[in-house]
Amino acid sequence: MTPSSSPHAARSTATIFVDPPSIKPPLWTSPLRAAWPFAAVVIFAGLLHLVIVPHMGGYESSLLIDCGIAIIMAVSLTAVNGFTGQFSIGHAGFMSLGGYFAAAIVYYGTYHLFGDFSFQGGLLSSGADQTVNATITAGDLLFVGACIAGAVLAAICGWIVGLPSLRLRGDYLAIVTLGFGEIVRVIIQGTGDQLDTNSDPSVTDVSFFRALPHLGGALGFSGQPVYSTSFWVWLAAGITLVATLRLKYSSYGRSLISIREDDVAAQAVGVNITRLKVRAFVYAAFFAGLGGGLYAMKVGTINASDFGFQKSFDFVIMVVLGGLGSVSGAAIAAILLTILPELLRDPPSLWPTGLIIVGIVAVLILAFAPKRRGPLVTLFAFAVGWEGLVRGVKVLHWFGPHLLGAGHSDSAKALGNFMVGFSLSDYRMVIYSLTLIIMMIVRPKGLFGIGEIWDFLPVRWQWWNRPARAEEGK
Amino acid sequence: VNLHTLLQTLTDGIAVGSLYALIALGYTLVFGILQFINFAHGDIFALGAWLTYALTVGLLRSAAKFPLLGHPIVLGILVPIGAILLCALVGFCIERFAYKPLRGAPRLNVLITAIGVSLLLENLGQLKWAFGPDPKQVPAFFQDKVLGTLAGVEFHLVDVVVLGIAVLLMIAMQYLIFRTKLGTAMRAVSFNVRTAALMGINVDRIISLTFVIGSALAGAAGFLFSMKYPYLQQTAATVWILLGMKAFVAAVVGGIGNVRGAMLGGLLIGLVEFFGVQYLSSSYRDVYVFLLLILVLLIRPAGLLGKATVEKV
Repeated sequence: MTPSSSPHAARSTATIFVDPPSIKPPLWTSPLRAAWPFAAVVIFAGLLHLVIVPHMGGYESSLLIDCGIAIIMAVSLTAVNGFTGQFSIGHAGFMSLGGYFAAAIVYYGTYHLFGDFSFQGGLLSSGADQTVNATITAGDLLFVGACIAGAVLAAICGWIVGLPSLRLRGDYLAIVTLGFGEIVRVIIQGTGDQLDTNSDPSVTDVSFFRALPHLGGALGFSGQPVYSTSFWVWLAAGITLVATLRLKYSSYGRSLISIREDDVAAQAVGVNITRLKVRAFVYAAFFAGLGGGLYAMKVGTINASDFGFQKSFDFVIMVVLGGLGSVSGAAIAAILLTILPELLRDPPSLWPTGLIIVGIVAVLILAFAPKRRGPLVTLFAFAVGWEGLVRGVKVLHWFGPHLLGAGHSDSAKALGNFMVGFSLSDYRMVIYSLTLIIMMIVRPKGLFGIGEIWDFLPVRWQWWNRPARAEEGK
Repeated sequence: VNLHTLLQTLTDGIAVGSLYALIALGYTLVFGILQFINFAHGDIFALGAWLTYALTVGLLRSAAKFPLLGHPIVLGILVPIGAILLCALVGFCIERFAYKPLRGAPRLNVLITAIGVSLLLENLGQLKWAFGPDPKQVPAFFQDKVLGTLAGVEFHLVDVVVLGIAVLLMIAMQYLIFRTKLGTAMRAVSFNVRTAALMGINVDRIISLTFVIGSALAGAAGFLFSMKYPYLQQTAATVWILLGMKAFVAAVVGGIGNVRGAMLGGLLIGLVEFFGVQYLSSSYRDVYVFLLLILVLLIRPAGLLGKATVEKV
């Protein structure tokens, strides 16, 4: 802004209203600054899919995709539960809506475009076992379009649900979203049988739009071609992350956070709280629908009964664990909570490398950031706790048989049997819920509170944070 | 409309609605005092039903040594009292160890803890040494019989017992909350915690007692539920969560924090559910309840008997 264009310039000292030139970057770089994170995301997802995933096992790469989807869900929910301070627990309902819609479009669309239900994707949508020449094909475009259509549908439903319930204060949104998730599940389970050429040759006579409502009812929807590779999932996850981070630091995001801090005060300074709450809710629903589409095309089946309360709770827990309002925290919690139950299912296969990495990172950062170690100590305690648990079970398994020999009493034998038969995977959910409770009591603000993970780095490393470094240098 | 079906639906709706009302009372009491949704409450209800199973089986097994224990009347006294006391104990422990450390923390934290406790109870209940991962049938310890018929509708002993005990408990609650010193203290705490504390009320004790009373009611509801529907799903089954949710909806519909509202809402939810199943479609059983909720929220956000509060700065 030049002094002459400002309305105040005429009657005040012009220099006050001019940004210091050293801070304001030149205008021509703004498209670049807007685009570079998205370009980085594309490159990252491409490298992940083409370079790293081929070296991973099937189990690990599937877990990688799960992590990506969890990040999409948790980070998008942060906009509602974290920034705006509303409490939505129907996120899985939107995921289910978007997933089913995208799956139906891909399934029936593939048939109408290509004549059968088979996979038509290119290099970016192919797993390790498929060989294709093209990078992007018509099938890929169908898949991407379907995911976006699912997301838009979820966003529209989010608007319809949010409008009445966000007018009210308090926990009503929680109850309504909970009911919404349940209604979505019941309605999808009431839809007609899925059409395919085996059971019903007349599928050829049914037009695309007539076929769409045949969602398979209680049996679920299956057989849609598998397109969701780590590329698409992490592309979407990266876009969600970048968009939500930018939302946080935009004027929109500041208004949302002001609603969380004090809605009456926010209203008093001119924030239209209902409109903004609804927008945040629609934003979250959009990405939830996107995540649902990716989920539906991951293994090629989707079942409405998987999207009950439990699933919604999982996402809320990720948001709260990461810290309400912390985008990177939500992403880290999403990864942790996706991998954690798997670790307990089969500890040895994944554990050592994970522990070593967490340990090294924690020790490194602890060494350099003595004053801000809260979240890292928690993470470290987490890792040590799990390691102790796994080793403890090994001790049980080693000691149990000693109690089974002759000469022991019946109760000792019963104890021995219990120890031999003890398996962590039976206690998966018990440990998970206990961790949650303890976490809430010990660190009620979640891992990172409202900050992002890089706010916990030593200030002298924060090259982008000039004011803080200047402060420290004094 | 067939009169017979109508009356049958009405009795079923009222019987199940009174169970919802009992659970809703627990939700509404806790919400009135701590302003959060106690998600674990529905699981205490499930616990009550499963404890009924465990106690009945256990007592019938020890009846081999002490024949007196197998007598229906002895069972009918020991089993519900045991289930209710144990549920109350669990409720006390949950409050003491999970919620009390969070007094003063943001509501969202307490809510997450509640979800954690709920998950913990569900999954502990499914362990091999607890109730096991399979559905089980509660052995019936008294013979169900038809007491009488009116206009072709059979009145079962079970329904009468369920309804009778539920109504008795509700009257007792009404007395407790509006006529005793403890009830006055509870209402005072729910009205304003700080003022109540200044008047010499031991707030922590009142909160603990509220949890104990609510959990005992949920335990009683679980016992009655297992009388009416003896085939119990495993503790982590969605059925339990849904039942708990519907009871919560009942509390909201009646006006959350309002004791009489919870009873009214429970009956209303039971009737809506059974009439919807009977006269519309049985596959949308849970939808009616939630649609009613959305309708009530749109028209009377504070619930049927709740008072609209004006936010003061």
